[in-house]
Amino acid sequence: MTITEKPNIDVTLIPILESVSDPEIPVLSVLDLGVIREAIEVDGVIQIKLTPTYSGCPAMDVIGEDLEKAFSEIGKKTTVELVLAPAWSTDWISEAGKRKMEAYGIAAPLEETADKEALLGNKKIVKCTNCGSTNTHLVSQFGSTACKALFKCDDCLEPFDYFKCLK
Amino acid sequence: MTDNNLYQYILGLADNSLVLGQRLGELCGHGPNLETDIACTNISLDLIGQTRSYYQYAAKLAGEGATEDGIAFLRLEREYRNVLLVEQPNRHFGFILGRQFLFDVYHLMVLNELQNSSDETLAAIAKKSIKEVSYHKRFSADWVRRLGDGTEESNEKMQEAIDGLWRYTDELFKPTDAEMAMALEGVGPDITQFKEAYYKEVTALLEEANLTVPESKYFTHGGKIGVHTEHMGYLLSELQYMQRTYPDMKW
Repeated sequence: MTITEKPNIDVTLIPILESVSDPEIPVLSVLDLGVIREAIEVDGVIQIKLTPTYSGCPAMDVIGEDLEKAFSEIGKKTTVELVLAPAWSTDWISEAGKRKMEAYGIAAPLEETADKEALLGNKKIVKCTNCGSTNTHLVSQFGSTACKALFKCDDCLEPFDYFKCLK
Repeated sequence: MTDNNLYQYILGLADNSLVLGQRLGELCGHGPNLETDIACTNISLDLIGQTRSYYQYAAKLAGEGATEDGIAFLRLEREYRNVLLVEQPNRHFGFILGRQFLFDVYHLMVLNELQNSSDETLAAIAKKSIKEVSYHKRFSADWVRRLGDGTEESNEKMQEAIDGLWRYTDELFKPTDAEMAMALEGVGPDITQFKEAYYKEVTALLEEANLTVPESKYFTHGGKIGVHTEHMGYLLSELQYMQRTYPDMKW
């Protein structure tokens, strides 16, 4: 990770940012997801820079509104700006976020090469979030949201989501 | 301002994504099965998301109260700058995937160069979009291969789609005044340089998929300068209906 990719977040704002979650994956806070690029207070106004996971992700509008609501509860005004560069990557999901995601039933993104092998169906490496088996297969490259692919476990037969690697 | 080359260039990029996104969106709830239905609408969502970024930028350049919704919904047919390929209807699944594949190969080549644009906003949109479009191409190429190399019937339908869409491919590489001006300024790529690589890549996949590369040298042009096929009007009437009926309405 290069210096420019490091977000500028005022530590005193972290508790409130942690209370705002992704509407599609409610166990992940916006900090776990890595979509907050800047959160600072300037002249009493909270300035937030938000970056989308995928261009058309409808969760971004909801996240923006939820952030404004969370800060208004402590009497703060907020401006939310959407920024595109540098582009979001699944590397920005925190380790804690990845664990929460797995516990919630979504397999966390693999490294880029492994991800390609998995999505092309060359290797069975995506672990079932239900039984832990890697005897799984890709059902569809596109899942219930833009960021996920659909898998099925061939041992316990449970279908599950896999969070695609994006770099 | 709106006759400015940069503005027109952005509209060209944006309109391709908007119109293809609209075509794919028509499949919501109508795909051949659940997985492909979701895949097509996911791709639609990516494209429309990219379109929004382009239109927001265009609206900022246009000033005078221009908005992304106004640009997307309130122009006349002749003012849309998309290529003819993306407006072609969803005749059957072969056409949907054929259209997608023929566009994805081109789209990825454009974005790959646009990442290095001297225009910071366009470079940022391209860097974001390229990750999504790589997925699109993987999906469409996979299906063209699967249908072409599938049963006799699937091969026949895939071939029918490629034959029907082939005439719209040449337009991709025919630059408009805005594209030429932007290439000179280092804002956009010189699209003529992709032509050979494009046909090489497409030909390789079609051959692998047991499909015949059309020999026809008859090509249709015009979308980029606003002269569209008869399908465009129907597409726009559905796309624009809400904003025309209830101007400035929001969900």
